[in-house]
Amino acid sequence: PVVTILSYFTFFQQRIEIHKLRQGDNLILGFSIGGGIDQDPTQNPFSEDKTDKGIYVTRVTEGGPAEVAGLQIGDKIMQVNGWDMTMVTHDQARKRLTKRNEEVVRLLVTRQSLQKAVQQSMMS
Amino acid sequence: MSAAMDTESTYSGYSHYSGHSKKAHRQGRDRHKSPRSKDGSRSEKSVTIQTPPAEPLLGNDASRAEEGQDDNWGETTTAITGTSEHSISQEDIARISKDLEDSVGLDCKRYLGLTVAAVLGLLVFLTPIAFILLPQILWRDHLEPCGTVCEGLFISVAFKLLILLIGTWALFFRQPKADIPRVFVFRALLLVLIFLFVFSYWLFYGVRILDSKDTNYQGIVQYAVSLVDALLFIHYLAIVLLELRQLQPMFTVKVVRSTDGESRYYSLGHLSIQRAALVVLENYYKDFTVYNPALLTASKSRAAKHMAGLKVYNVDGPGNNASGQSRAMIAAAARRRDSSHNELYYEEADHERRVKKRRARLVVAVEEAFTHIKRLQAEEQQKAPGEMMDPREAAQAIFPSMARALQKYLRTTRQQQYHSMESILQHLSFCITNNMTPKAFLERYLNPGPTLQYDRNRWFSKQWTLVSEEAVTSGLQDGIVFVLKCLDFSLVVNVKKIPFIKLSEEFIDPKSHKFVLRLQSETSV
Repeated sequence: PVVTILSYFTFFQQRIEIHKLRQGDNLILGFSIGGGIDQDPTQNPFSEDKTDKGIYVTRVTEGGPAEVAGLQIGDKIMQVNGWDMTMVTHDQARKRLTKRNEEVVRLLVTRQSLQKAVQQSMMS
Repeated sequence: MSAAMDTESTYSGYSHYSGHSKKAHRQGRDRHKSPRSKDGSRSEKSVTIQTPPAEPLLGNDASRAEEGQDDNWGETTTAITGTSEHSISQEDIARISKDLEDSVGLDCKRYLGLTVAAVLGLLVFLTPIAFILLPQILWRDHLEPCGTVCEGLFISVAFKLLILLIGTWALFFRQPKADIPRVFVFRALLLVLIFLFVFSYWLFYGVRILDSKDTNYQGIVQYAVSLVDALLFIHYLAIVLLELRQLQPMFTVKVVRSTDGESRYYSLGHLSIQRAALVVLENYYKDFTVYNPALLTASKSRAAKHMAGLKVYNVDGPGNNASGQSRAMIAAAARRRDSSHNELYYEEADHERRVKKRRARLVVAVEEAFTHIKRLQAEEQQKAPGEMMDPREAAQAIFPSMARALQKYLRTTRQQQYHSMESILQHLSFCITNNMTPKAFLERYLNPGPTLQYDRNRWFSKQWTLVSEEAVTSGLQDGIVFVLKCLDFSLVVNVKKIPFIKLSEEFIDPKSHKFVLRLQSETSV
């Protein structure tokens, strides 16, 4: 039981490392974000709690760096390169993801499917 | 041909008296052989109708001309025979005799009340004048001369009496519009109050002034003025008690007709039960659609079919357990899997479709008929004097083209008893005179209207009885139920109090209306 509780906390979140792709003058990651503390949380289709104002992945381009790295649609981004993303505005989130001098971003994401898998394994 | 028809009509008159339905049926078959009127015969301007009287027991000759009980005028509009399917039943005889004997009794009571009130009123009005005049007549020599103040009081007495007269005329001198079972409590109280009041004034006057032959004339005149003032205040009291108190709505009454469930709501103030019944009845005649017994036959036949076909056989012994038998029948009828709901559904859908079809045909026929008529302006009237018709003739001219469609529609909606051909012609000429459109003409026939719209003979509701568990002079209370019965149906009245409303206030600053955009942007990175 103790081991499973520890694993619950470890695998609740996932670390994803995305290498940006250079397209002309821009570095792109290949996904779209939605949410933020200045946005309306009730219109977020991916969140379980409709008062959650965090940053969610709303689209992942096929074959892009994000998909290759394992990012899925509906993921909630908790941290970007160590910066917290749970209490930021939409624009601040965009800025943190698109810093020109960074080629790699390390995201800490959480996923509902992850939670459910852990809960199922706890119950069995 | 017309001679044969004449003999037919007199024959039908006798058949009406005997009330045999078979003869009426034979009449119906014979009627179909008569020629149908075509539009070409429209130029004939006179139409003869021969009808038998509707209620021969009353011997009212005046009604002979008006009662057109001809059911087939749609097919035979130029020469008509009248055959009535109306027959006098035992109920009608009872109703007529009841009408006669009741009217005598109530009139006596009403006139007695009126005369008492009139005598009292006259007495009251003449009292101040008597107070002023009696000293002048009886001991004029000993009286003090009347100064300025005293004469001023004469003027005030005169004008106050005039105002009192006008006020009494406005308030009390009205045609009684109803006979109610018990006396009006407030009116009786007021009469008693006035009587006591005037009596006490006369007593005082007789003892202190007449007997002692008081010489202070100004005092006597002031006494008379005080009487008139007090009478004006009693008049004010009468207004408040009789008129103002019941204006503010306190109760909502629901009136439901027992035969078809039609219901209405009315607002009433503090009234006694009998006066509330009066208000309900006055509104009944204008709000409720007319009572049509022909519409109830369908549900009655359905009800008869439910219990038909079940018989109880007692196999155990000779005992006759009636309640047990009826309970067994009810249980069996409930368990039987009958499809009468199916029949009802399809029958109603079918009827709806038929009514709509006939209605469409009727509307088209009437619109077409109305296009044949044009109103002549004043200048045109001098130019073409030959062809001019007055409204009645114009109505008779266009009537045949819509008569059949109208009659079929009335038959389908079972309204044919309520509209005689004469009444339709009158309505048509009325509509033509007032420049009404075909739709306005048809409004009366497409929907059943309130009872007031129809002939008095078709009302089925003239004598009402108030059935109530509480005394009819007691006031309305929440939860009271009383019933207004007439011979064929009854109105069940349920009284509810208007709830106490708690209204509170909320102030909104006009500057406080502010809005913000609900964003949900998506950025690709």
